Amino acid sequence: MSDFLVLSFAPMLVASLASLAAALVGNFLVLRRQSMLGDAISHVVLPGIVAGFLIAGTVSPLPMLAGATAAAVLSAVLIGLVQRLGGLEPGAAMGVVFTTMFAAGVLMLELSSARSVHLDVEHALLGNLESLIWLSGTDLSALLDPVALADLPPQLPRLVVVLAVVFAFVVLFWKELVVGSFDPVFAETVGARPALVDAALGLLAAVTAVFAFEAVGSILVIAMFVCPPAAARLMTDRLVPQIAWSALFALVSANLGYVLGGYGPMWIGVDASVSAAGMIAVVSGVILGLAALFGPRRKGTRRVGFSA
Amino acid sequence: MTGAFLDALTFQAGYNTTLVTLGSALLGANAGAIGTFVTLRRRALVADAISHATLPGLVIAFILMALMTGEGRFLPGLMVGAVATAALGAVVIDWLVRSTRLEEDVGTGAVLSVFFGAGVVLMTVVQAMETGGQAGLGSFLLGATAGMRYAEAVTIAVSALLAGVAIAALARRFTLVCFDPTFAATTGIDIRRADLSMIALLVAVVVIGLEVAGLVLVVALAIIPPAAARFWTDRVGRMVLIAAGIGAVAGLVGASISAAGPNLPTGPLIVLTAAAIFTVSLVFGSARGLVPLLGRRERPA
Repeated sequence: MSDFLVLSFAPMLVASLASLAAALVGNFLVLRRQSMLGDAISHVVLPGIVAGFLIAGTVSPLPMLAGATAAAVLSAVLIGLVQRLGGLEPGAAMGVVFTTMFAAGVLMLELSSARSVHLDVEHALLGNLESLIWLSGTDLSALLDPVALADLPPQLPRLVVVLAVVFAFVVLFWKELVVGSFDPVFAETVGARPALVDAALGLLAAVTAVFAFEAVGSILVIAMFVCPPAAARLMTDRLVPQIAWSALFALVSANLGYVLGGYGPMWIGVDASVSAAGMIAVVSGVILGLAALFGPRRKGTRRVGFSA
Repeated sequence: MTGAFLDALTFQAGYNTTLVTLGSALLGANAGAIGTFVTLRRRALVADAISHATLPGLVIAFILMALMTGEGRFLPGLMVGAVATAALGAVVIDWLVRSTRLEEDVGTGAVLSVFFGAGVVLMTVVQAMETGGQAGLGSFLLGATAGMRYAEAVTIAVSALLAGVAIAALARRFTLVCFDPTFAATTGIDIRRADLSMIALLVAVVVIGLEVAGLVLVVALAIIPPAAARFWTDRVGRMVLIAAGIGAVAGLVGASISAAGPNLPTGPLIVLTAAAIFTVSLVFGSARGLVPLLGRRERPA
């Protein structure tokens, strides 16, 4: 039990919080056909994170998060610009901007001293869930001991705040979000300010991605933006149950994935563990696959495959 | 360093480097051409999912070969593995979109993250195997031509040439489908089959480009050159040629810069070269560029 508290309690909680926050935002991204936004954001933040590091000179979270957020905002502006000027499809405009910014980030990393400190590309992609140990979690009483609790990884309280902000945003702007997701034109006519809510949703996705990314790596973030909400959409036609399903799927993915990654190899007699973040993404994919095969609302009104 | 760069650029930096820069240029041309068709069919980001979906195949092939021969890094074998899971990824996107009500962006994002996640899991398996093969696979994430072996350079150059021939052979058909799918269908072209062969060629080009550009960035070669070409022309046929040209230049210049110094990863350099050409096109492009556009506005009609 104490092993569990020291090694697995914080990572599982962090993975759950990050997954919940991403899935909550993801519900609206999926409805708006912006599922690839998470992918784009998690690439564009790299130069911002590196710049934040280079300016601050240390691996401290605040400048890096500020840099990441600045990069995300800059990319949103650039994507809009490229799309309007070039008459390109949104996917291509996004692709131009996020690959360029990611390439710039990688080059900055390679050419600067950042590489020698624990900042590297693989870390950014894959996260480092396993390193979030809680040294004071020696027994159950630590859960009630303020001193021991203060020793929890700082990612944990940060993600609690992010989740609370996301939740508050969704509750406060529920009407605007729903109308804007289903019928942007109507939203405009009833004064629901779809453009403004759109921008706010994008910013929220960026903030969620940046904080979750720091704790769990970008791949997990992208998976959680898409897979739980997509699977939930195959379970129900109504939005509130869909969000509830997506939260459930996110929690199952995070915890089952972590356990399978950490303990799975031992069960088949191998004394090692595999990437928990990767495993969580895989579990969320399996859930989506099952929903696509058996979900009660998997057929809707649409539509064709590679030939549109 | 400038000297080394110019040597590489003009194919005078030794046989190996010449093969690599030539292969990168060919690869860039292929990616630009097939990328034009794919973007015109509004599937730019499918390329991203496909390139990420190569990872599990790469690692599985690596593990199998390491277990059987003791040496995991054998490029043709790795390419077969990469093609297998990339194709599987494309099939899964197609299946998700056809059999459920989910849109293509959802299928794309799901396949990208889940396949890449599976690849990451498998990479940690390789770590546990302690075959010392990590070094062999790391170069596929961001692209590295520096440590490329002679046989690998040949493999890349030759398969890029073959893919180029295939794209050229199908270009007319693809152009029709992109320009006007309804009309193309009336001339007897099977749209779905054309779309599938487009995706198949995209898979091929992405896999050929893995070791040069890396699987995170190879997609840029299929997206940025067509986007840049868009500023110079409104016609599909010309756009393909211009995109291929831009891709070739980006491949050649990027690989040459990378050859000129240590610690210069090839993928990002090729992408940034392409991005520079894109920016120039955005400002000066004759069809939609800013400067010509403003010039036209100022003249009284």
